[in-house]
Amino acid sequence: MASAEEIARAADARDIRDRWLLSAPALVIILLAAIGPLFVMLAYSFMLKGDYGDVQFGIFSLDGWTSVLFQRDIFDDTLGLADAHLTIFWRSISLSFYTTVLTLLFGFPTAYFIATRPPKTREVWVFLVTIPFWTNLLIRTFAMQQVIRNEGLVNTALMALGIIKQPLQIMNTDTAILLGMIYIYLPLMVLPLYASMEKLDFRLVEAGYDLYAGRWQVLRRIIFPLIKPGVIAGSILVFIPSLGAYVIPRVLGGGKNMMLGNLIELQFSAGRNWPLGAAISITLMAVVMIALLFYVRNASRSEGVHV
Amino acid sequence: MSKRSFDIQAQPGFGFIALVTFFALYLPIAALVAYSFNAADSLSRWDGFSLRWFISAWHNSAVQDASVRSLVLAVSAAALSTIVATMAALATTRTRPYPGLTFKYAFINQPLMVPEIVTGVALLIVFSRIKVWTGYSGLGYLIAAHTAFCIPFAYLPIRARLENMDLTLERAAADLYATPWKAFRFVTLPLLRPAIIAGFMLAFVISLDDVVITEFVKSGGQDTLPTYMLGQLRRETSPEINAIATVFLALSVVLVTIFYFVNRRKP
Repeated sequence: MASAEEIARAADARDIRDRWLLSAPALVIILLAAIGPLFVMLAYSFMLKGDYGDVQFGIFSLDGWTSVLFQRDIFDDTLGLADAHLTIFWRSISLSFYTTVLTLLFGFPTAYFIATRPPKTREVWVFLVTIPFWTNLLIRTFAMQQVIRNEGLVNTALMALGIIKQPLQIMNTDTAILLGMIYIYLPLMVLPLYASMEKLDFRLVEAGYDLYAGRWQVLRRIIFPLIKPGVIAGSILVFIPSLGAYVIPRVLGGGKNMMLGNLIELQFSAGRNWPLGAAISITLMAVVMIALLFYVRNASRSEGVHV
Repeated sequence: MSKRSFDIQAQPGFGFIALVTFFALYLPIAALVAYSFNAADSLSRWDGFSLRWFISAWHNSAVQDASVRSLVLAVSAAALSTIVATMAALATTRTRPYPGLTFKYAFINQPLMVPEIVTGVALLIVFSRIKVWTGYSGLGYLIAAHTAFCIPFAYLPIRARLENMDLTLERAAADLYATPWKAFRFVTLPLLRPAIIAGFMLAFVISLDDVVITEFVKSGGQDTLPTYMLGQLRRETSPEINAIATVFLALSVVLVTIFYFVNRRKP
């Protein structure tokens, strides 16, 4: 005769088994079409490149990884730094950094403005931020192109006003990519900032003023520390996709101003160096994971921030 | 709020920056829409209002194919991911922590955390080999890839709804001798419906918008609307692309608006 405890344990085991069965289809699809391929790619980064793309299956090589940073001189076979790669790494990191700082600079006042509206109007402003957020990224990149191209809105307006004679060449420069990224990722900054500002207790601000703090002091010593989790969340949400941007540099940067995403693509197409492409992809992913860990640690310390 | 001499909530300049931001958020979209009504053959000059590019896009068979493919793909991926995400959500909510629960969360949300370009090339590596082995190069790869990255988007609203749902109604049903299936069918599912609709719509929009992963997974001649537009960029951009983008944009806005109202109906 089974004891009550045994019956309960058996029921628990059955429950857990059922729960695994229920979640199995989702897990299998993600394993086959998302996570699994990443491991295959990791293996590919340690193989010898094939002559027409792909790899020479099963032949171990570190060439993919060394060529992330170094290139072999074709004459004397010595290793030198791969300047082209370093330029692209640097462009990716610095443009992503500037994007984060500038979206914060514009996003902070915007989120503050929304959070201080009456509740009914607040909803409308948030909705207005959400619409571009859910609009196709490619289309928004196109839209930015309409503003900054040589015959675009900005140049037409400036020339009509007689401020400039020749159109400003913005397209196909780093500035174009930067403008595009700020435009595309701004909602990702405003939304988490707003989420943490909405909960801000304005009595603390009032107390600050009562104690003769100036506006700047209130902003820096009261408001900013209280919404820091939102600032961190927003910065990470902007920085990560900026670093992996592919469409924006391709459309606005022309062929030459590549970022990491375009460098990866190049290795899988014209470059025909899959191990190198795989190694750069894994490097990019590692950076993203480190940034996410940093975020998770911060978020868990200051509870209640959901993005 | 009535006007006061000193509004403690106002920070000088913030309102101005906010309005500039909102203006900047919508200016490019407005420009895109405006240029799509341009009668000229090229984007470099304005020849007056015309619908000719909308008409020419409508009759362009490549655009028709890509639109149909985009829709088929988005509907299949959204349906599949919503079904499996609903099951997964039922399996991961309203329970004491059990071994593997955290693992499941991490697994399901993983597609959100990897840059699209990385997922794209990883799928290129695997699928190109499967294509060689099996000879199959149909839409299945795209459906699998889209379903995978849509799962977290379908999962999130459904999970949120389940976590807020109380168990008393299901217990009552069980007390009235409903089988677990009947309790699910007649109690849980109807309560869950708004979240399932929201999850489906999110997944649909996400699939419809994807360009990077599709670009790497698709076989020859399998353009979706976004990859078709991206491909057209290699040439001189014609106003036709603007017309397509404008229609696409309108569709997204409609979907987001519907999603917003479906989601706002709180229990």
